[in-house]
Amino acid sequence: MSFGRMHRKEDARFIRGRGNYVDDVRLPGMLHGAILRSPHAHARILSIDTSAAEAHPKVRAVITGQTLAGLNLAWMPTLSNDVQAVLATDKVRFQGQEVAFVVAEDAYSARDALELIEVDYEPLDAVVDARRALDEDSPVIRDDLEGRTSNRIFDWEAGDRERTDAIFAGAEVTINQDMIYPRVHPAPLETCGAVADFDKVTGKLTVWCPTQAPHAHRTLYALVAGLPEHKIRVISPDIGGGFGGKVGIYPGYVCAIVGSIVTGRPVKWMEDRSENLMATAFARDYHMSGEVAATRDGVIQAIRVKVLADHGAFNGTAQPTKFPAGFFHVFTGSYDLQAAHCEVTGVYTNKAPGGVAYACSFRVTEAVYLVERLIDVLAAELGLDPAELRLRNLLKPDQFPYTSPTGWEYDSGDYIKTMRMAMDIAGYDKLRAEQADKRARGELMGIGISFFTEAVGAGPRKHMDILGLGMADGAELRVHPTGKAVLRVSCQSQGQGHETTFAQIVGHELGIPADDVEVVHGDTDQTPFGLGTYGSRSTPVSGAATAIVARKVRERARLVAAAMLECSPDDLDWQIDESAEGRAGSWAVRGDPASRKSMQEIALAAHSALELPDGVEGHLDAVTVYNPPNLTYPFGAYICVVDVDPGTGQVKVRRFVAVDDCGVRINPMIVEGQIHGGLADGVGMALMQVMAFDEEGNHLGASFMDYLLPTSMECPSWELGETVTPSPHHPLGAKGVGESATVGSPPAVVNAVVDALAPYGIRHADMPLTPANVWRVIQGDPFRTDLAIP
Amino acid sequence: MQVTITVNGLPYTREVEPRLLLVHFLRDELNLTGTHWGCDTSNCGVCTVQLDGVPVKSCTVLAVMADGHEVTTVEGLERDGELDAVQKGFMECHGLQCGFCTPGMLLTARWLLDREPHPDEGTIREAISGQLCRCTGYENIVKSIQRAAEL
Repeated sequence: MSFGRMHRKEDARFIRGRGNYVDDVRLPGMLHGAILRSPHAHARILSIDTSAAEAHPKVRAVITGQTLAGLNLAWMPTLSNDVQAVLATDKVRFQGQEVAFVVAEDAYSARDALELIEVDYEPLDAVVDARRALDEDSPVIRDDLEGRTSNRIFDWEAGDRERTDAIFAGAEVTINQDMIYPRVHPAPLETCGAVADFDKVTGKLTVWCPTQAPHAHRTLYALVAGLPEHKIRVISPDIGGGFGGKVGIYPGYVCAIVGSIVTGRPVKWMEDRSENLMATAFARDYHMSGEVAATRDGVIQAIRVKVLADHGAFNGTAQPTKFPAGFFHVFTGSYDLQAAHCEVTGVYTNKAPGGVAYACSFRVTEAVYLVERLIDVLAAELGLDPAELRLRNLLKPDQFPYTSPTGWEYDSGDYIKTMRMAMDIAGYDKLRAEQADKRARGELMGIGISFFTEAVGAGPRKHMDILGLGMADGAELRVHPTGKAVLRVSCQSQGQGHETTFAQIVGHELGIPADDVEVVHGDTDQTPFGLGTYGSRSTPVSGAATAIVARKVRERARLVAAAMLECSPDDLDWQIDESAEGRAGSWAVRGDPASRKSMQEIALAAHSALELPDGVEGHLDAVTVYNPPNLTYPFGAYICVVDVDPGTGQVKVRRFVAVDDCGVRINPMIVEGQIHGGLADGVGMALMQVMAFDEEGNHLGASFMDYLLPTSMECPSWELGETVTPSPHHPLGAKGVGESATVGSPPAVVNAVVDALAPYGIRHADMPLTPANVWRVIQGDPFRTDLAIP
Repeated sequence: MQVTITVNGLPYTREVEPRLLLVHFLRDELNLTGTHWGCDTSNCGVCTVQLDGVPVKSCTVLAVMADGHEVTTVEGLERDGELDAVQKGFMECHGLQCGFCTPGMLLTARWLLDREPHPDEGTIREAISGQLCRCTGYENIVKSIQRAAEL
C-alpha cells in the first residue's frame, strides 16, 4: 500500500484514551497557574493589590505586569510586527485581557487566589464598532505606541486601480454589495495551555504546548526572553484541534515560563473555555464593500473592493509579513477578469487580537465569500441562473498557468469539469424544477452555489516569511539497517493524520510498507526547522520535502545497490513490485530484472562491511529543505440546498454537494475527512457562529451556550465528488486541502438561503443566518450581526 | 470527604474536596487522562463517561455524587486485549481526527448500541447530538457507529 485508503496509525492510541495532550502532561512537583483577566474592554489600571493572594497558603507566586516589566517581558512581539501586552501594565484594551498570573500548588487553589487580587480600574470609552474606529473623537487605544494619534493600523492596496476604474466607468452593468464576514472563533475542543519546565542547573527550558508551529515558537521564545535557542525545547504533543488558533504565542505561555523560572518548578497553565473564546485568536471581522462590472450578457470584467478590517487591540494576525491583508487579494476567484483592485484598512478596536485563524488560508476565506456573494448578486441583477453565470466566466483549462489581475499564478485547473460534476451529483435542473413548484406553493427552498479557488502552501521564501523566518520546511529521513525508516518533519498535526500520510509518502518513494515508517514531529529537539502546520501547507511544503528527501535516499540506495551488484549505478532501474505486500521497491540491473536488491537488502548492506565506492558515504539517510516554487491552488464546486421556514426563519440544510480538486490524493480517506470537517465549519459560520459585542465591549459569545457550534443535527450527510488536476510543481502533484471546505462552503450556504428568500426581493443577508436574523431579514429590518447596539 | 467510586470495575477510595468534579477525579486522582475536559457548560461533551451505564458529562458531576457508583471510561472499553466494537468501528471508518472528542463519543456509542443494537442514522445523530466534534463533520462518526453495530 502506498497511496490510498490506509487506516490511520495514530488511531490506536486515540481510541484507547492514550493520546497525550498538553493537559495530560504531569511532571513531578508541578505547580498550576491561572490568569486574572480584565472585566473591562478599555480601562486604565490604577492599582493592583496582590497581597491577599500571596498570603494564600497554597500560592507560590503572583506575577503582574510590573513583575514582568522588571524582566523586560511585559510586552511581546506579535506575528505582525506589533507588540502585545503579556500582562497589562498601563491599560486593559479588551475584555478578557491578561492582568495577573497566580501560581499555586493545585489548579483549584490558583483559581481561588484570583479572587483575592484587587484591581482598581478607571473605565474608558471603548471602541467597539470598527466603522467608528477612525472617527476624530474615537479614543486612541494604542497610546503605548509612541506618536500614535489614531486607531489606523495600515492602509494597503493591490491590483490596478486606474484600469479597474476605467472598466467600471464604461461598464454596461455594475452591482455593489456591502457585507460583513463576522468575527468568529475556531474553538478547537482542546483549549490552549502550556507546561513550562525551566532547569536552573542546565539552563534548559522545556515547553509543552499545543502549537501548530513548534520551531517558530522556539525562535520567538529565544528572541522574546533572551534565552539561547539551543537551550529551548518546544514539544507540541497531541493537539485537540487547532484550525489556526494555535499558531501564535499567547500570554499564558509566557506566564507559565516565567512562573517556572521564578518558582524553580514546572508550571502548568490551562485556560478554560471562556478564556479561550474571549482572548485567543479570533478570525475574519472583515467589513467588505464589493462592486462588479459586467456586460449585459454576463461577462464579468472587473471587481473593486474596499475593506475595513477589525484587528482588535493588538495587531496579532499570523500571516506572511508582506501581506497585511493576508492573501485577500486572491478575491478575483475562479473567473477570467480584465482588472481588479482592492483597498484594505486595518484598525484597532477594543477586542481580542487575532484575525487570521480558523482554516482561512490567510484570508482566502473572506475573498471567496466576497466574490461568490457578488456573483449571485450579479446573477439576480441580470436575471441569469447563478450556475450559468459561473460557467460563462470560469477560467478555461488552457488558461493555466494563469496570472490573475492581482498577481497570483494559479498552477492548474479544470474548473468547468468540476462545476459540471457538482451539478450532476446535485441534479441541478431537477432541483430548480422542484424549487419552482415549491415557490408556487409559497414554500421557501434555496439552492446555493460556490466555486472557489484556494491559494495554499506558503510559501516561496523570496515572497513569504513570518517575522523574517522564510517559509521553507526541512525533512530528515533515516533508513535503519533492517529497512525500517524514521522520518522527521517540522510540521505538526492537529488531527490531520500526518503520521499516516507522511509515512505513505516515504513508503511510496522507497518502496517499503508505510507501516515500516515512523514519523517524528512536534519536538524541536528531534526535528529539522520549518514553519509548521497552518494555511494548508503541510502536504504542499513538508509533504514535498518528504518526497524529495526520500528520493535522495533512493538515489543513495542506488549507489549502494550498484556496489552490491558490482555494476554501474547508471545500469540500474528503479523497479516497483505492485503485487508485493506494501509495494516492494528495488534497484534492478537493466535488462536483467532478476538481478536486483530490495530497499531492505540495500539498507543492511549500507550499514555493513561492504566496500563502497569512493565518495559514497555509508548508511542510508538524507536531509533536505524544501522551498516551494509557488503556492498550490486547489479548487472546488459546492452546491447547498436549504429549506427555510417562513414563520420562524429556521434554515435546514437538506443537502450539500462538494466536489473538490486538490490534485493527487495521498490518502483519500483522510482528505475526505478533512473536507467533511470544513463543510461543517461552513454551515456553522453561515448559520450560527458569531462573536458579537455590546456597546461597552462586552463579549456576547464567551461560552458554548452563546457561541453556537454545529452538532450532528444541523449537519446533513455530505455528498462528495472528486476531480484530479495535479499540481505541476509539487513533486507528488498534490495540493493542500485542509481549509478548502471551510473556505468554500459558507458562501454556498448563504447563497442558498438568499436564494430561498428571493421571493421577498432579498439579495443579501449577513452571516450568521440564525432563525432570528433570517426573520428580521424577511421583515426588512436593517441590523448588524456583529454588534448588539441599539 | 471520603468517596469510593468503582471505575472500570475496580473500586478506588480517595479523600476529596466536596467541590471536586468527577472529570478531575478521573484525570488527576486516578490518572485516567482519556477523559477530556473542553468547556465549562456541559455543551461539548468531551468529558462524557458512563455513570452506572448511562452517559453523563463528568464536568457537571461532582466526585461525591459518584460515591458508591460505577463509572466506565474509555480506558475500560478494551477487554482482555480485545477492542470494543465501537473502537474498531471508529478506526475502520475514520471516525476521528484529533481524537479529543473520541472517548466521549465512544462511550455514548456503546450505550446506544447496548440499548438499540441496530440504530438508524437519525437515531445515531440524535444520540451524539449533545457532543461536539470539530473535525469530522459527524459523517464518519455516524458511519463508525453503524459499522460497530455490524461487528
